Amino acid sequence: MTRISVTVDGVRYDDDVEPRTLLVHHLREQLGKVGTVVGCDTSNCGACTVLMSDPDGRLVGVKSCSVLAVQADGREITTIEGLAGPGNTLHPVQRAFHERHALQCGFCTPGMIMAAVDLLSENPDPTDDEIREGLEGNLCRCTGYQNIVRAVRDAAAAAREAGTSAEPEPPTVEAVDAATPDGGLPSEGTPDEAVPQPVP
Amino acid sequence: MTVTEEREVGSPRRRKEDARLITGRTMWTENVVLPGMLHLAILRSPVAHARITHVDTSAARELSGVVDAFSGRDVADIQGGLPCAWPVTEDMVHPDHPPLAVDEVRHVGEPVAVVVARSRAAALDALAAVEVDYEALPVVLDLEAALADGADLVHADKGTNRSYTWVFDSGEAGTGEAVDAALDGAEVVIKRRYRQQRLIPAFMEPRSVVVDPTGDQYTIWSATQIPHILRFLVSAITGTPEHKVRVVAPDVGGGFGGKLQVTPEELIAFVAAKRLGKPVKYTESRSDSLVSAHHGRDMIQDIELAARRDGTITGLRVKLLANMGAYLGLVTPGVPILGAFMYNAIYKIPAYRFECTGVFTNTTFTDAYRGAGRPEATYAIERIMDELAVEVGLDPVEVRRRNWINADEFPYTTVAGLTYDSGDYEAATTRALELLGYDELRREQAQRRDSGDTVQLGIGVSTYTEMCGLAPSRVLGSLRYGAGGWETASIRMLPTGKVEVVTGTSPHGQGHETAWSQIVADQLGVAFDDVEVLHGDTRTSYKGLDTYGSRSLAVGGIALYNACQKVVDKAKPIAAHMLECDPADLEFTGGQFRVRGNPDNGKSLADCALAVFAAHDLPDGVEPTLDADAVYDPVNFSFPHGTHLCAAEVDTQTGRVAIRKYVAVDDIGRVINPLIVEGQVHGGVAQGVAQALFEDAVYDADGNLLSGTFVDYTLPSPADLVDIVTDRTESPAPDHPLGTKGVGEAGTIASTPAVVNAIVDALRPYGVNDIQMPCTPERVWRAAQGGGA
Amino acid sequence: MIPAPFDYARPSTVEEAVAALADEDAKVLAGGQSLIPLLRLRLAAPTVLVDLAGLDALRGVHSDGDDLVIGAMTTHASVLADPLVNRYAPLLAQATGTVADRQVRHRGTLGGSLAHADPAGDLPAVAVALDATLEIAGAGGRRGVPAADFFVDYLTTALEPGEVLTSIRLPKRGEGWSTRYEKFNRTAQGWAIVGVAAAVRRENGGIAEARVALTNMGTRPVRAAAVESALTGASADAETVRAAAGHAAEGAEPTGDLSASAEYRSHLARVLTERAILAALGQAHAA
Repeated sequence: MTRISVTVDGVRYDDDVEPRTLLVHHLREQLGKVGTVVGCDTSNCGACTVLMSDPDGRLVGVKSCSVLAVQADGREITTIEGLAGPGNTLHPVQRAFHERHALQCGFCTPGMIMAAVDLLSENPDPTDDEIREGLEGNLCRCTGYQNIVRAVRDAAAAAREAGTSAEPEPPTVEAVDAATPDGGLPSEGTPDEAVPQPVP
Repeated sequence: MTVTEEREVGSPRRRKEDARLITGRTMWTENVVLPGMLHLAILRSPVAHARITHVDTSAARELSGVVDAFSGRDVADIQGGLPCAWPVTEDMVHPDHPPLAVDEVRHVGEPVAVVVARSRAAALDALAAVEVDYEALPVVLDLEAALADGADLVHADKGTNRSYTWVFDSGEAGTGEAVDAALDGAEVVIKRRYRQQRLIPAFMEPRSVVVDPTGDQYTIWSATQIPHILRFLVSAITGTPEHKVRVVAPDVGGGFGGKLQVTPEELIAFVAAKRLGKPVKYTESRSDSLVSAHHGRDMIQDIELAARRDGTITGLRVKLLANMGAYLGLVTPGVPILGAFMYNAIYKIPAYRFECTGVFTNTTFTDAYRGAGRPEATYAIERIMDELAVEVGLDPVEVRRRNWINADEFPYTTVAGLTYDSGDYEAATTRALELLGYDELRREQAQRRDSGDTVQLGIGVSTYTEMCGLAPSRVLGSLRYGAGGWETASIRMLPTGKVEVVTGTSPHGQGHETAWSQIVADQLGVAFDDVEVLHGDTRTSYKGLDTYGSRSLAVGGIALYNACQKVVDKAKPIAAHMLECDPADLEFTGGQFRVRGNPDNGKSLADCALAVFAAHDLPDGVEPTLDADAVYDPVNFSFPHGTHLCAAEVDTQTGRVAIRKYVAVDDIGRVINPLIVEGQVHGGVAQGVAQALFEDAVYDADGNLLSGTFVDYTLPSPADLVDIVTDRTESPAPDHPLGTKGVGEAGTIASTPAVVNAIVDALRPYGVNDIQMPCTPERVWRAAQGGGA
Repeated sequence: MIPAPFDYARPSTVEEAVAALADEDAKVLAGGQSLIPLLRLRLAAPTVLVDLAGLDALRGVHSDGDDLVIGAMTTHASVLADPLVNRYAPLLAQATGTVADRQVRHRGTLGGSLAHADPAGDLPAVAVALDATLEIAGAGGRRGVPAADFFVDYLTTALEPGEVLTSIRLPKRGEGWSTRYEKFNRTAQGWAIVGVAAAVRRENGGIAEARVALTNMGTRPVRAAAVESALTGASADAETVRAAAGHAAEGAEPTGDLSASAEYRSHLARVLTERAILAALGQAHAA
């Protein structure tokens, strides 16, 4: 067993782990962070993506199924469960995924959202192609990705408008669709509704 | 009569489900942890066909933390056999399918032995200590060779690799003429062989099951599409009384037909939990999943089309070989049969014959995968319609127009004996052509051909229909299916006027909690947020037939609608009593009962709910409840349709295919939530495109699955797909009050032939008339070199 | 799946690392992006993993006279973002940008990729094309191995048991050089079916020097020497490039697998070489 200390979603945890323990299993089974899931065993699907500090202290997206828990010793980690702001305010990417119907079964969603957050931290104004390439390490079987691309685009716009330190504003369903005929998303008549809050 | 304002239905409500899914607070089966829970690991066969000459789990049992280890021989008498609910013919060969192999293994990945331990790691470690000796048997892989005289056998005791041969003949059935005559005398006959490669559903959430035996009660959590069917069959297979089995499908991460199964792993976990009297969990790895969860498609399609020189079809003959794999799963034999009614598609065909032979091989068993039978049929007919167009010198759209059922001809009884409810193929096609810019792209295509551009342009057309809303029970009975096709809904009116809906459908990404709330909100005049939808637990939803085959809204939605009407009917006399009027004078609108002509005088449904809760002052003889149940058995299938067009650029130097533009115009009847519908179309098209371009489950000559991880079974990533353009036309379903038809599989059914037609169209000048799927760069490049691939 | 058990060492000096590797079933853990999936599938079962993450000296890029020296533990993401790499070895940056995905590039390292020596990996061909020297430490001291000699066979390098790859030394190729890594894969996540690493130096409108190496055209990266000599001293026009690219597969022994046959790989090598060189020359391929 090896003693490690990791800070996850703002809380420090000191544990003894077997060297072979994958970070994702440490998060799920020892720390109860079951929001992060395992979808494959070859690092293809990205469902387990979390943010982890690199040696320079910068939070970057990593696949927690391809990191050993011992490699995370001394690092800081943000999971899907630590993304929301104070009072469970949804992160702009979470909000945009909801607004844009960027998820169906939702299994890939935690990893997809974390990968999108990682992408936007490096490129706050990506083109659609850059979004698609930036998320190439994440697989989704339900959505065909189109609404995920829209959501990331919206979240980027919302974050830019709000500024980095401001409270995230809800993204608007705007005229981005007007350019292409799109039977699924009427540009008007969108009901005004509250964004659901996380289950307490 | 009740009048309802429709405020919710048709609106793009954001989903209720999202709140837990975007915050990581989701209840996947893998998240279930119970006190004292043990972990199960499965040793799987490394060989495709062998006799098990020796198996010994005793060394594994000695290891630290190992609680139990056993093989198929240890539980042969109690483990039961896996069910096939669809014996398509009276004489179908239906081999035993033990959850754990006993004497023989018949595909790589078949479970052989298990270890149960206190941790997953300990269980996995101990698998290495299980001793198994195999004596190799001949491996059967090729469908045609498997049917030859003297072929090696997958099941030696059955004496054949043929499971069944199922025939539909319009001459014999009286739905049309005899096909032989049509083919013999035809001006044009086109004959093709198409291959549906083997696919893997590849839901993102690996399968997981927890079985908790407490007293004589068994609670099974499972990542399944079919909690109700699973409960019924676990009870039947294990002899556990049905009321002692509870199945919970918590949040389920995708299915696509892949979780429409009673699995070996579920039964093995049940056996282990029962042996130990402790909760047991099994969660598969992705590589286990790819080799052991059922596969899909895998057919050889021989298709012959007879036509006149003007392009009018005069006959169609289809002969299939369908790969069952090593065993029959829940509906394995029926999957190709669902396609039998769809090869004639949207066309008026006078003579039709369909023959399908199910064949055993030493491969993972196949079963339903999104579309189940219908994508295969649509692919074959839409591919050969393009060949007909070339043969008779017509535009591919025009040849379809000359044959399709016109809007004024519905309801239309087809040569396959189904009655199509409604549709307008012209309208959907016209819209799709407009959105694509068809004429302009044809001009560009001509220019590229003339200039000998190394990048050629092709346009693929796919005009499809499908049958949704599985299914009228009497039809299922006539097809020898083992169950009915009804669905249930219950409404529970709480005293505060809030509503609980219990549905027999079992969503795993489809958004039923949202769409069902929209329907109830309109029908009962309550707020969208005042409706809670309960599903997937046989304790709350004790009866239902679950979610597959685009049936949930088209069947379960109608049950829900009917249950709402019953609630209103029950509330009306109570409202009348409170308003001191005759019930006949009341109208119900916007959640209020009002006296006609006196709109200020009213009582809400919530008032009635509180009144029955108190029950202090109800009309004589009125039961103090508004709750209502409904079961709906559809009178017919529903038949969505649409036109998908794909423009693809083909790099003739490398064989790379790039989709330039994709248009999907779907007519799925009335729409409850356009946001959800659009999502279903996006995802469906992506899966269909993936069949055309990317996915292929490949076995080597020894029966090893080469595509056994996501490295080699290549799902498209965001960077491999493009945005598509979607639109809709609307022909409401006439058979029920919601007018909905179903959309879960439409995109998958339509898109595969659209893409392949586009690629073939691009390479016509190179003498190409077919490319085997998936159209990999190498196959496309080879085709461009010399016509064949 | 969960890896089989192993011991874990985290040395803080190269000497400690070398000592820890004394066990014959020990294995170096760099970024782990190839190794950990193999451990999970139990296709590898080392007794001890020697994690080099504690060796700060193995991280980073610095200039050393005419050379660029990149620490073996420098992540792909750091390589991509490094101004020296982009100035003096843009080909490496281009190829690194095509490696796997963002998350993997955050963890995976240049040294790990080279030492893993997967024939389908993108970076070995770049190391060969750029005449890199791989700097190695072992019990017997330090040595440098030219990239052309480092890659021995499928997943096999010149690293002896107990040796550690410490850094990669590249001659600076800035001014006058233009480069392109042309990768062809079936899906974005897929390994290269064929990749072409090309660098050319123009002088007076012609090609003064050319370096071309191929990914996945054999069990180790292949230098396309015939292409290089056909280009050297030639004019930079499309016809010349096409003719030169026709030699791309000469001497290569590609294998066939699930994603491509050997014949198709040879064909692709020619097409992609032409495209890579034209792109490096700033000309679109004649599509």
